[in-house]
Amino acid sequence: MQVPASFDYRRAESVDDALALLERYGDGARVIAGGHSLLPMMKLRLARPEYLVDINDLTELDYLRLDGDRLRIGALTRHRKLLESEVVEHFFPIFTDAERVIADPPVRNRGTIGGSLCQADPSEDLSAVCSALAAEVVIRGRGGERVVPVHEFYRGPYETAVGVGEMLVEVRIPVRHRAGSAYEKVERKAGDWAVAAAGAALALAQDGRIEVAGIGLAAVGADAVHARAAEELLRGREPSEELFAEAGRRAGDDCEPVADNRGTAEYKRHLAAELTSRALRRAAARAAAGVEAGAGV
Amino acid sequence: MTTVEHAEHVDVEESAPTAAPPEERPIGYGRLKRKEDPRFVRGKGNYVDDVLLPGMLHGAVLRSPFAHARIVSIDTSAAEAHPKVKAVITGKTLEGLGLAWMPTLSMDTQAVLATDKVRFQGQEVAFVVAEDHYAARDAVELIDIEYEPLPAVIDARRAMDADAPVIRDDKEGRTDNHIFDWEAGDPEAANAVFERADVVVRQEMLYPRVHPAPLETCGCVASMDPVEGKLTLWETCQAPHAHRTLVAMVAGIPEQKIRIVAPDIGGGFGNKVGIYPGYVCAVVGSIVTGKPVKWMEDRSENLMSTSFARDYHMTGEIAATRDGKILGIRADVLADHGAFNGTAQPTKYPAGFFHIFTGSYDIEAAHCKVTGVYTNKAPGGVAYACSFRVTEAVYLVERMVDCLANELGRDPAELRMQNLLRPEQFPYENKTGWTYDSGDYPTTLRKAMDIAGYEQLREEQRRRRAEGKPMGIGVSFFTEVVGAGARKHFDILGLGMADGCELRVHPTGKAVVRLSVQTQGQGHETTFAQIVAEELGIPPEDIQVVHGDTDQTPFGLGTYGSRSTPVSGAAAAVVARKVRDKARLIAGAMLEVSPDDLDWEKGRWFVRGDPSAGKSIQEIALAAHGTLELPEGVEGHLEATTVYNPPNLTFPYGAYICVVDVDPGTGVVKVRRFIAVDDCGTRINPMIIEGQVHGGLADGVGMALMQLIGFDEDGNCLSGSFMDYLLPTALEVPDWELGYTVTPSPHHPIGAKGIGESATVGSPPAVVNAVMDAIGVRHADMPLTPSRVWHAMHGGVGAPQ
Repeated sequence: MQVPASFDYRRAESVDDALALLERYGDGARVIAGGHSLLPMMKLRLARPEYLVDINDLTELDYLRLDGDRLRIGALTRHRKLLESEVVEHFFPIFTDAERVIADPPVRNRGTIGGSLCQADPSEDLSAVCSALAAEVVIRGRGGERVVPVHEFYRGPYETAVGVGEMLVEVRIPVRHRAGSAYEKVERKAGDWAVAAAGAALALAQDGRIEVAGIGLAAVGADAVHARAAEELLRGREPSEELFAEAGRRAGDDCEPVADNRGTAEYKRHLAAELTSRALRRAAARAAAGVEAGAGV
Repeated sequence: MTTVEHAEHVDVEESAPTAAPPEERPIGYGRLKRKEDPRFVRGKGNYVDDVLLPGMLHGAVLRSPFAHARIVSIDTSAAEAHPKVKAVITGKTLEGLGLAWMPTLSMDTQAVLATDKVRFQGQEVAFVVAEDHYAARDAVELIDIEYEPLPAVIDARRAMDADAPVIRDDKEGRTDNHIFDWEAGDPEAANAVFERADVVVRQEMLYPRVHPAPLETCGCVASMDPVEGKLTLWETCQAPHAHRTLVAMVAGIPEQKIRIVAPDIGGGFGNKVGIYPGYVCAVVGSIVTGKPVKWMEDRSENLMSTSFARDYHMTGEIAATRDGKILGIRADVLADHGAFNGTAQPTKYPAGFFHIFTGSYDIEAAHCKVTGVYTNKAPGGVAYACSFRVTEAVYLVERMVDCLANELGRDPAELRMQNLLRPEQFPYENKTGWTYDSGDYPTTLRKAMDIAGYEQLREEQRRRRAEGKPMGIGVSFFTEVVGAGARKHFDILGLGMADGCELRVHPTGKAVVRLSVQTQGQGHETTFAQIVAEELGIPPEDIQVVHGDTDQTPFGLGTYGSRSTPVSGAAAAVVARKVRDKARLIAGAMLEVSPDDLDWEKGRWFVRGDPSAGKSIQEIALAAHGTLELPEGVEGHLEATTVYNPPNLTFPYGAYICVVDVDPGTGVVKVRRFIAVDDCGTRINPMIIEGQVHGGLADGVGMALMQLIGFDEDGNCLSGSFMDYLLPTALEVPDWELGYTVTPSPHHPIGAKGIGESATVGSPPAVVNAVMDAIGVRHADMPLTPSRVWHAMHGGVGAPQ
């Protein structure tokens, strides 16, 4: 049995309590929610926090709220809730697509969106999803809250904008009209980290052109969460097979995958392109279907 | 005699769990829920890690971070100063006891704890004994070792290079990494058929290094009683009696003072045949501290340091006439055995039973040559349900037949049908020295094709190809060779592979049968009760199966190579027949007739011609223990013992068909259907057989599509967790579609042939053949991950490392 080095454990009773503990223990403290990444790293002794601040009792952070033109997701919202939410599926099918292929039911029952984003693993699915959707995250410290676009939240592998004594409390996603989104992932088996994955979110203008385009990638390099060049290409253009293929190529060119057990760099680059164009195709089809059905307009 | 039974109706629905065939309540063979399952499904199994003894201490192993390095110094002082540490054992400690090195199952030596060099990443260097497992792990980190890294041999194909570093310089006079050369067949005869053949196809292939990866890792609890001088060793062990003898020989403890207990075992697959350094360290730890010591390895330790499987670099050649008659097969193999030659196989056969590579075909000549080499990788090479390297052999021949079909533009099922051995050729002497006991191969293949709807599948494949959707149909036909074996030919470290069995019927007619073999999930407690039930008519629930404790069971070589039913199963039947014969004499006395005038029906002896005058086995048992006057020469009580020495091996076989879809844009393979028709001779418990087949098929899909123990060029193991070494789940495998035929083994007391490894042996080539068929490529090595399939479709892909 792998066992972690010794650590101290505190169970927070409120967000304020958690923040006080994080401030008191400083650098040596880590927040634990689902623990699916942190605990294995501790057992392998790759992570050695001195203190764990357990936030699983903070039900105040477990919510999904449609609030005007955005969806607010509490940081402690479990994957399962996101997977099963009809609101999420209606407005952001990309989430439902991604949640369906995140790990397995035991992990989804316990793992949280906040934990996923804060782990900042380059292979993590929800980072790509939130990137495609241009989400914002709310970070709270004892001094107050700040709102950070997800593109600024992710600072590189395992690094985020969350500072010492702070925690992520909410994810906000803009609800758009005439929108569609999708997520595509290739894995070696269910529950494996992605070999590569791509998420796409499109919103169409009245005339059917692409008004807003977001593309998020996973597992194709340390900094490749966001495929900017492909997004730029799409904006203002008429959706088409050729356009999506070209956007895919740009996404592929834009990333820096590394070879590992899961695949060669060349293959992962190919996947980034292939999955981006597939996700765009499905996102566009969903947007068009939504317009036709009068939904989301 | 060959009889062929057909499953009445086998289709997808029937294979689904919701429509499982009804359970029977057989007194003998038939579908019967496993007697052991109530405790497992309640979480009440008793595994080695459940063993808790008063005062028990915990051990942890410090392992090498390098694949090859000289040990400059070891400083254990900080670890020894840890307040909870009771002992720190190094190679030096063991040298003092003559235990720094131990023999392997292949007559090589293996370091228990490294003294001079480390020879693979993960090798055992020191052992800490502490009050709890956490402290032991903490203290392992306090040991300071200075290493001088050396160049490592990672690619077996470089092991014999002139400038390759010599790994085993511990052995006097060693100047290279060569272990053995071995060959079988007739090279001249093979050359002759290859020279006159119209077509010769040659293909290099690697059966990659994989791992048995049992869900329960290896471990033990060692308890040396300092007063009695008796060692009790609870072990995750497939072969308790062989371990007892080896421990006696290695540690110098008298054999009667050693008790090995293998309690419930969470999967073995060959991984638990050998003796690992951790066991020896725990024993020494118990002797040194005077307390019981538990050592359980973690998942990474299991994957990185215990017996791997395969790692065979093979070059196959197949010769045929233009019209598809296979004439001969040749194989040239380079076997990577890692840093110590720890392969578990019969002494005469350093390449196991690889020479079954002539497969299921009527050919004129064959020859194989196998060379074993050392590399800086973990030792072992035993395992993973391989039936002593039959897995590699079947993969080779079944891939070669597909390569030939590809060359000739022939349908692979039809080409197999043309070349399969015919029923009248059995018993069949193959070209490398085996005598196949029985079979009706064409019927079995036809049956698999019928279940699959083979012709319709080919039609569908043509349709889908036209739409740009690659679909593949893969066929494999395997002949297994299991049930080792005759004492004269088969031994491990000089211990012959015959199995004892003891049966005692209690006064009330309940029985206890004692076996030498140890179940790791195969359902022995049920199957062996059913064998005795079939012979004596005592209900299986009235028969207690005792196994896994050397103090309570007769000697035998253990469970691996699918030998339990072929060897110990035969022993159980023979011992039950001895009891039945004795019961006849007693029944004669009870009925006051000559035993010769009695006939047997299941459960009772009766007077010939007067069926109402008879005595049940229960009545006889009571009389045997009672006051009845027994005939002269007949002892009281009702019991018998036997040792079964198999006259030949058994040869289960089967036809498998796999259907896959490949996503051409991503290389992702989806196994859509898998049809398996097995012939294991007499079927004792079809439910257990199906379970064994399901598990083996999942194993096969795992090896074909996702499994590899990989290394980087410095020898770092890249597959040390289940994030990197993948086990398939229900989501990666289809609903299995099973069928069966029955050709009983003519030389086996109950006609059974063994089923444990058939599916693992037979399924990987079916999956690979299907993928190659889908993508139109002659060969690509496993594992067929999306990346490797995509590369195979775009210019090719090399062997994995």
